[in-house]
Amino acid sequence: MILGLRSLVGAAAICVATLATPAAGAAPRLQGAAPQRSGDFGAPQGAAIRAVLTSPPNVPPPTGRKAPARVIVELEVVEKEMQISEGVSYTFWTFGGTVPGSFIRVRQGDTVEFHLKNHPGSKMPHNIDLHGVTGPGGGAASSFTAPGHHSQFTFKALNEGIYVYHCATAPVGMHVANGMYGLILVEPPEGLSKVDHEYYVMQGDFYTTGKYREKGLQPFDMEKAIDERPTYVLFNGAEGALTGDKAITAKTGETVRLFVGNGGPNMVSSFHVIGAIFDKVRYEGGTSVQRNVQTTLIPAGGAVAVEFKAKVPGSYVLVDHSIFRAFNKGALAILKVDGVEDKSIYSGKELDAVYLGDRSQPNLNAVTAATKAAASGTLTQEAQVLAGQELFAGTCSVCHQANGAGLPGVFPPVAKSDFLAADPKRAIGVLLNGLTGKVTVNGTEYNSVMPPMNQLNDDEIANILTYLLNSFGNPGGRILTEDVKKVRAEPKPAVAAATH
Amino acid sequence: MERAALWPPRARALVAALLAALAGNGTAAEYVQVPAGTLTSAIAPDAVGTPVPIDAFSIRVTPVTKGEFRRFIEARPEWQRGRVPQTFADRRYLQDWRSANAVGDAHAEDEPVVNVSWFAAEAYCEAEGGRLPTWHEWEYVAAADATRRDARDDPAFRARILARYASATPADLPAIRAAANAYGVRDIHGAVWEWVDDFNALLVDGDSRSGEDADKLRFCGAGAINLQDRENYAVLMRIALLSSLNGSDSTTSLGFRCVRPVGDKTR
Repeated sequence: MILGLRSLVGAAAICVATLATPAAGAAPRLQGAAPQRSGDFGAPQGAAIRAVLTSPPNVPPPTGRKAPARVIVELEVVEKEMQISEGVSYTFWTFGGTVPGSFIRVRQGDTVEFHLKNHPGSKMPHNIDLHGVTGPGGGAASSFTAPGHHSQFTFKALNEGIYVYHCATAPVGMHVANGMYGLILVEPPEGLSKVDHEYYVMQGDFYTTGKYREKGLQPFDMEKAIDERPTYVLFNGAEGALTGDKAITAKTGETVRLFVGNGGPNMVSSFHVIGAIFDKVRYEGGTSVQRNVQTTLIPAGGAVAVEFKAKVPGSYVLVDHSIFRAFNKGALAILKVDGVEDKSIYSGKELDAVYLGDRSQPNLNAVTAATKAAASGTLTQEAQVLAGQELFAGTCSVCHQANGAGLPGVFPPVAKSDFLAADPKRAIGVLLNGLTGKVTVNGTEYNSVMPPMNQLNDDEIANILTYLLNSFGNPGGRILTEDVKKVRAEPKPAVAAATH
Repeated sequence: MERAALWPPRARALVAALLAALAGNGTAAEYVQVPAGTLTSAIAPDAVGTPVPIDAFSIRVTPVTKGEFRRFIEARPEWQRGRVPQTFADRRYLQDWRSANAVGDAHAEDEPVVNVSWFAAEAYCEAEGGRLPTWHEWEYVAAADATRRDARDDPAFRARILARYASATPADLPAIRAAANAYGVRDIHGAVWEWVDDFNALLVDGDSRSGEDADKLRFCGAGAINLQDRENYAVLMRIALLSSLNGSDSTTSLGFRCVRPVGDKTR
C-alpha cells in the first residue's frame, strides 16, 4: 500500500503541469511518515527539478506535484540600464534582468536549492532575502555574492503563501529602490484553485534626481529616498509596462488571479482595480480569504493574491488609489477585457444632457426680482413668467427638455400638454408630491417616476407653472403663490398617481 | 603572511625599486604627498565616532593602468595570467586581456587595470616601493572634492559620487584623466573601485541589517565596526563591495592604487 502510493506521487512529481490542472485534494500523508513540523512533508522525492522562472507579468504554471521535491532555482543578478518612462532611463539592479525579478513557484514542503549568480559585469555585491524562507535573514547572509561569483543555499519551504523576495545588501534601501525585488509563490500542497489567467504585478517606488518624466539617464536620488518622496510609483518597473500593447488581458466570463506584490522601498499600496470588485483577496497571501473587496492594502515587503471574474468588456485600470501616484507618478496599469457586452450588468451611457443646476447664477436675477415683488405684493404675471423660465431651465429641463418636448417613452412633454391644459391646478400637486406610475399625455402612455420637487418654495412653484402655462403652446393662465400654499397645506395623497 | 619578514622592509623597497627600473618602467609613477590629519571615518573605531589619526603618506595620482601592470608582469612573470597560483588569483584574473602578456588595443593601455586580485595588487605596490592604502587612508583622500579636503557633508558632492557608482559598468573603461581633487589625486571616484590593504577588516555583515546586534565579538575588535554615517551611501556601497571579496577575487570594475610612506612620521 505504501509502496503503491509512493510510486504514484513519484509519477506525479514529474508530470508537466498546466493551468487546467484541477485542484487536487488534500496533501498525501503517508502513514508512519507523519511530518514533525507543519508544512514539512518529509524528504524530497524523485529527481531534482529545475524551477521554471518567468518574467513579469507572467506566472509559471502550477507545479502540479503531489509530493515534496528538490527544486533548483537559479537566479542571476544583472545591473542594467532600462527605460523607466518614455525617454527616461535608469540603472536598475535586477533579479533575472527584469523589475520585478523572475517569479518563482514552488510547492509547500519542497526543498529549494537556491543559486544566486552575480553577473561579472556587476559593480555591486548582492544577496537575497526571501520572505518565504524560515531562517536568519531569509537567506541573505548565506547568499552574499561578489560580482562574478555564485552562491548557493538550501531551504525548506515550510509555509505556503505568496512572498516577497528582495536584496538585503548595504545600502539595503538603495538596492530595493533600484528594483531588486520579486515574488515567490509557495503553493499549498493541494495547489491553488483553477483560474483562466494568472498575472504577476508588483509595485515599487523610484527616486531620481530629475523630476517626473525629465528626459535622459536619471541617477538615483538618495535624499529623496530617505525623505520618502518618490519621483515614480510604478507597476512592473516602468511607466507603460502594462498599458497599450503590453496590457494584461482576459475575456468576459474568465477568472483572473493577480499576484500583486509591493517591493517598496517606502510606499504602502492601496491597490484597486477601477471598475472591478475583487471576489477574493488572500490578504498577505495568508489563508483567510476576504470577499467583495474594493481596495486592498499591500504593505511594502508584502503581497496579495486577488481574484475576480471578468464580466463586462472594457479597460480596467489598476491603480494605487493613493491617487496622485496613479496620475502623477505612473502607478497605472491596464487589464483589457474583451467579449460580449452584458447590458443587464452595465448599460453603458444612457443619457447625456445639459444640466444647469438649480441655482446656477447669474441667470437667476429674474427669480430674485420676482421674490422681491411677491414680498411687496407687486408681482406681475410677466415677472412670474420670466422667473419661471429661469427656474424651469435649472430644475425641469433636465428631464422635460429645454423645449418642453420631453423624451419619447421616458419623460412626458410639457409642451402643448393636454394633461396640463385639462387641470392646471393639478400640476401644483404633481410638483409638490411627484408623480409615479402610468400617465397618458397627448395620447402616449408614460410609466416612470417624477420625484417630488418640494425643495421649491411656493413662489417658485407658482412661477414655474405660470411660465409653463404661458409657453410651449399651452393655453395660458396663472398660478398664484396662495394656490400653491393651499395645496401644500392639504394632506398628501397616499399615492400621487394620476390617470387621465 | 608569506610576503612579510623575509627581508627588512627597507631592503624590500630597494629591491622593488630596482625591479621596477629593470622592468623598463622609465616614467616612474607620479605620487603626491598627503599631509597628516584626522578623519571622522564612516567606520569609526568606537561607538562615539572618535576621529582616526592619519599619518602623512604619499599616494599615486592615478590608479594603476593596464599598461603599467603589463610592464610589471613582464618583469614578474609569476604574476602572469595562467601562471599565478589560484590561491593568489581567481579564474577571472586579467581575463579581459588579449593574452597573458598583451592588454589589447593600444588605447586600453591607459585604462585603469581591473580584474586584479588583492595579492597581485599588493605585489605590484611592493614592486613600486609601496603598499595598498588602508581603508582610512583611502577614505581620507576620497573625502576631497576639487577645492575642499572634506566635502562629504555637501549633498551635491555625495550625489555626484553616488550617481557614478550607481551606473552600470561600461564596456570600455574610461581612460584615467579626471580632474584632480584638493590633494592632486585623480580618478578616485568614478573610474573603478579600488582595493585597500585592510579590506578584510571591513566586515559588513553579509545580511547588513543586524545593526548593533552584529557578531562583534567573533571578529576581535577589527570587525567591531559601526557605520557612523548611514546617509553616505557612496561609502556604504564601497564598503559592501570590498566586504564581499576574498583576496584572490577580481571583478571587472575593481582596480587599485598604491601609497608610500613619507620620511619622518613625527612631522
